Amino acid sequence: MEIKQTAVAGTLESSDIQIMLSKGNHGIEIDLESDVKKQFGDQIISVITTTLKKFGIENAKVKAVDKGALDCVIKARTIAVAQRALKTTDQPAWEVL
Amino acid sequence: MKNSVNRDLPDDLMNKLNYEGFKTTDIGQPTVQRVAPKVRVTTGDDKVVDSIETVVKKTVRDGMTISFHHHFRNGDFVFNKVMRIIIDAGIKNLTLAPSSLTGVMNDIVIEAIKKGTITNITSSGMRGSLGDFVSHGGLKNPVIFRSHGNRARAIEHGDIKIDVAFLGVPNADKLGNANGMEGDAVFGSLGYALMDAQYANNVVLLTDNIMPYPNTPASIKQTQVDYVVKVDKVGDPDKIGSGATRFTKDPKELKIASMVNDVIVNSPYFKDGFSFQTGSGGAALAVTRYLRQAMIDNQIKASFALGGITKPTTDLLEEGLVRRVMDVQDFDKGAAESMHHNPNQQEIDASWYADPDNKGAMVDQLDVVILSALEIDTGFNVNVMTGSDGVIRGAVGGHQDAATAKLTIISAPLVRGRIATVVPKVTTNVTPGDSVDVLVTEYGIAINPKRQDLVKAFAHLPGVPVYSIEELQQMAEAKVGKPKPLEFTDRTVALVEYRDGTIIDAIHEVKD
Repeated sequence: MEIKQTAVAGTLESSDIQIMLSKGNHGIEIDLESDVKKQFGDQIISVITTTLKKFGIENAKVKAVDKGALDCVIKARTIAVAQRALKTTDQPAWEVL
Repeated sequence: MKNSVNRDLPDDLMNKLNYEGFKTTDIGQPTVQRVAPKVRVTTGDDKVVDSIETVVKKTVRDGMTISFHHHFRNGDFVFNKVMRIIIDAGIKNLTLAPSSLTGVMNDIVIEAIKKGTITNITSSGMRGSLGDFVSHGGLKNPVIFRSHGNRARAIEHGDIKIDVAFLGVPNADKLGNANGMEGDAVFGSLGYALMDAQYANNVVLLTDNIMPYPNTPASIKQTQVDYVVKVDKVGDPDKIGSGATRFTKDPKELKIASMVNDVIVNSPYFKDGFSFQTGSGGAALAVTRYLRQAMIDNQIKASFALGGITKPTTDLLEEGLVRRVMDVQDFDKGAAESMHHNPNQQEIDASWYADPDNKGAMVDQLDVVILSALEIDTGFNVNVMTGSDGVIRGAVGGHQDAATAKLTIISAPLVRGRIATVVPKVTTNVTPGDSVDVLVTEYGIAINPKRQDLVKAFAHLPGVPVYSIEELQQMAEAKVGKPKPLEFTDRTVALVEYRDGTIIDAIHEVKD
């Protein structure tokens, strides 16, 4: 699937993650900022990547600012940002959940 | 080598600094020899000095040990003023031995390390940019972390030999009689500074408020003081402590506090004449409020409250629910003011408070203490020193000392954001599990299996689920996931002493 517009989901509150998704040409490139990057950076990147791939997104630039979000939150914010970027929010992708 | 809590200690440093590994929390009954300071004899008429430059020139030489207290906390002006002049005078190779280091001191300490002014540090703790700097290998020699009681012990033993103590006070007369209660920048108890005043070879008072002689009550006495320097301002009263202490509204903290209260009230120690220490922080303050109600309901009065004192504790004193407050430091203005007006709030020095090598310290008589934790592991060992990234960002404070209480309760949330508080193994062991009795989280409590009496006492408390500490650890991991282990280099950046002067853990340089 092709990204149609740059989109944002999530906040900078603690235990949340803010994700910005925009067009890219070199696979899924994730720029992650997180206080727990040392311990959970790989896990956060893996959750975002897996979720985006379920939407068929193969190329994207991702800017993620994590404030200690749990995996379920990261997944939810990724789904939201993906649907906004794909302009498909009127058709929630239940199967991805 | 490994010590008795299975921490790897660096052989080369242990030998070089003549240290032994931690063995036991039991201090035993040794006979110890204390040291005494040098005395520069004077009738006292020559003590007032017009500038810090003059007094630095008179007292500080390369290689000396200098000290400060941290009672001004983040409102401290004295530390920066004195260090600026010492750095600019080109003095080198000093050991910095303050009672602790607060954030407002960070920048100048880093500068002093970079310029070779400071080459050794011993402190209760450090935070922010300085903790980061040290954790990244910024200081060649390892920092020595000591609890407040252990600092008193080390000074009395001569392990810390203070050449010059620079002590800021909100008032003093021309001979050096001073207290912490009157003036613009008041902080109440001078507890930690009293050690320096008693044992340093040179005692320099800095004050913005010269009082008519003789100034009383005198916590620091003219018999101890060499010089008195008048400065513009010793501190910012608004940053010394929070003004009015507010009770937390955080439901998680309130739940923990109410469970802590249930544990105390249902313990065998909750009876007339019991004693407690609660400390500061949201949950601890709320505990004081719950405890007050429980004391009224059960017609129980406490013999004393100990430690760092807050207004909620001095309110109990006013109400007659607590007979004495034994006060080594005050965390807010209310507590500081109360010390001035209530004779039952006794100022105590760090030795009286918590020195293990003593003819009895207050902590030895303590029934119940509530302490916090950055991490606690399945062996009940507690870390209050290094953050989840392995970087130094805390202080031993009175943690090890107060943990000798008969009922030591650690109150902590199960997880903070994505970081588990209950872990398989603490990053840094500061307080050994042997001295910890109960962990209280918002999900329930865990009791140290060594305390089968408490296991029985708390078995059927309504609203207080009991888990094993392993179960709580797994519950935390199920929520946040399994973190990747932190990476450190082989280099030791700090050693943590237990309160008896043995080494309980080493802190390594972080790899990143």
